[in-house]
Amino acid sequence: MEAGTAGTRRPDVALDLSANDSASANGPVKPDVLVTENLKFWYGSMMALSGISLNIPQHEVMAIIGPSGCGKSTYLRCLNRMNDLISSARVEGRVIFDGKNIYARNVDAVQMRRRIGMVFQKPNPFPKSIYDNIAYGPKVNGYRGSMDDLVEHSLRQAALWDEVKDDLKKSGLELSGGQQQRLCIARALAVEPDVILMDEPCSALDPIATTRIEDLIRELRENYTIVIVTHNMQQAARVSDRTAFFMLDEDGAGSLVEVDETQRLFTTPSDQRTEDYITGRFG
Amino acid sequence: MTQDAASRWRPRVRERNAIGRGFAALTIVSTLLGIAVLVALLVDVFGDGGSQVDGHFLTSYPSRFPEDAGLRSALLGTLWLLVLTTIIAFPLGVGAAIYLEEYAPDTWLTRFIQLNIANLAGVPSVVYGLLGLGLFVRWFALGRSLLAGAMTMALLILPLIIVASREAIRAVPDSQREASYALGATKWQTVFRTVLPAAGGGILTGTILALARAIGETAPLITIGALTYIAFDPTGPMDLFTVLPIQIFNWVSLPQEGFSELAAGGIVILLIVLLLANSIALFVRFRLQRRFD
Repeated sequence: MEAGTAGTRRPDVALDLSANDSASANGPVKPDVLVTENLKFWYGSMMALSGISLNIPQHEVMAIIGPSGCGKSTYLRCLNRMNDLISSARVEGRVIFDGKNIYARNVDAVQMRRRIGMVFQKPNPFPKSIYDNIAYGPKVNGYRGSMDDLVEHSLRQAALWDEVKDDLKKSGLELSGGQQQRLCIARALAVEPDVILMDEPCSALDPIATTRIEDLIRELRENYTIVIVTHNMQQAARVSDRTAFFMLDEDGAGSLVEVDETQRLFTTPSDQRTEDYITGRFG
Repeated sequence: MTQDAASRWRPRVRERNAIGRGFAALTIVSTLLGIAVLVALLVDVFGDGGSQVDGHFLTSYPSRFPEDAGLRSALLGTLWLLVLTTIIAFPLGVGAAIYLEEYAPDTWLTRFIQLNIANLAGVPSVVYGLLGLGLFVRWFALGRSLLAGAMTMALLILPLIIVASREAIRAVPDSQREASYALGATKWQTVFRTVLPAAGGGILTGTILALARAIGETAPLITIGALTYIAFDPTGPMDLFTVLPIQIFNWVSLPQEGFSELAAGGIVILLIVLLLANSIALFVRFRLQRRFD
């Protein structure tokens, strides 16, 4: 049971000391876990991302905000090659993780996805027991330790253990929406990833369940790097250390307008479009 | 203005409600009509043949004398055929469905194949019989054996199994596949651990219904030359055989007194086997089919 091993797998990428990362008021500059270099993405002939360059520091929560259809989710799904499943999709540029471009020929997407997990917009537990939902990832990845311990540890990390410990044989689908989403987070944690991508994880949940997930995200930051897409600016302000603002450019493709420490982006944004968006003038 | 608003609308609430009630009544009549026909059939068949069904009827071989005749060999032949057909058709059909849904690239060739599989499901069964006669009985030199019959039946129901399995596999939401991939599962693991268990209910239901169709088929087996008079138990896939529908067909065609009652008895047994198969299908669907919201 070592969730802490995440910290020992430092990517071999040079520190990026650009303007975005220079702010080190709260401690030393953290190394970047995921570095996106000029990432372009097409659905068929339609360009959906027009060259995104973004660094994601270790053990921080990076929020991605922006109006609907601006490519937030598309970008997120590029970070663990989930878009591979779409036959018409095409990617250019690089996503560096652990010193390697995950789109390089010699990188195995299956191996990479174990270390870059994902939580989806709608809770999607398997129609299996709570226990088997958690055990799925470890089993497919050849986990050889004690499964009972791993299941308990994962559920505890996701703050779900106390609610389900007496009934692990119950179907995951019988849980409430918020519990299902925490089950999905526990399931993602069970394969001991370094990064967790969250695609609007609270959009299908009520305010109380949302609060619990947000608390959880802040706790998980201690051991994991989290990238969260959200359409809710208050949520981005509450949970994230750093926020990236996406918008459609003049050609209708998603682009990165600005990224900064969350507090600074929401108080003194450097781009007029960011200010217009966060003050509610559009979007 | 208020006057205008009133004259712009003509709600006709009473007429619309009356049409609604009329339509509901129409659907009830259609349902009752179908049920009435089924009940009439069952009453008629059980009335004619119910008295025939006893231990002697089930355990005796066919005979020239109606009072001695039974359908032991036909029942055993049907069961043998059922098992062999399942062994051949199930893995092939489900395998083809998995390939078409999960692996095949979306090209014109794939779409062409899919369209033609759907068309094959509508080809008359006697055509499959002719194919079985030429291919399995003659060319493979399997003779008029159970194996040749089962392979012919497998060809007949393969399109049904493929179509039903594809529907079931397609009904598994992509969010389930994504959940699996995001945990570091390979395609194979995703198909076997997530897609197939979720589609299992639909696949098994479709397969059992296809097999139920095979049980009732006569034409392809007559075409390949299954016999009508078998006075021994089939003991292996290379044995000669007959099946219930052929035995019934044979008894119906005999002019002597007594054989039409035997045919009715045979129909009772055939119906029982069919209803049993369909009940299993319903049970399996109930037990295995998962709900996703």
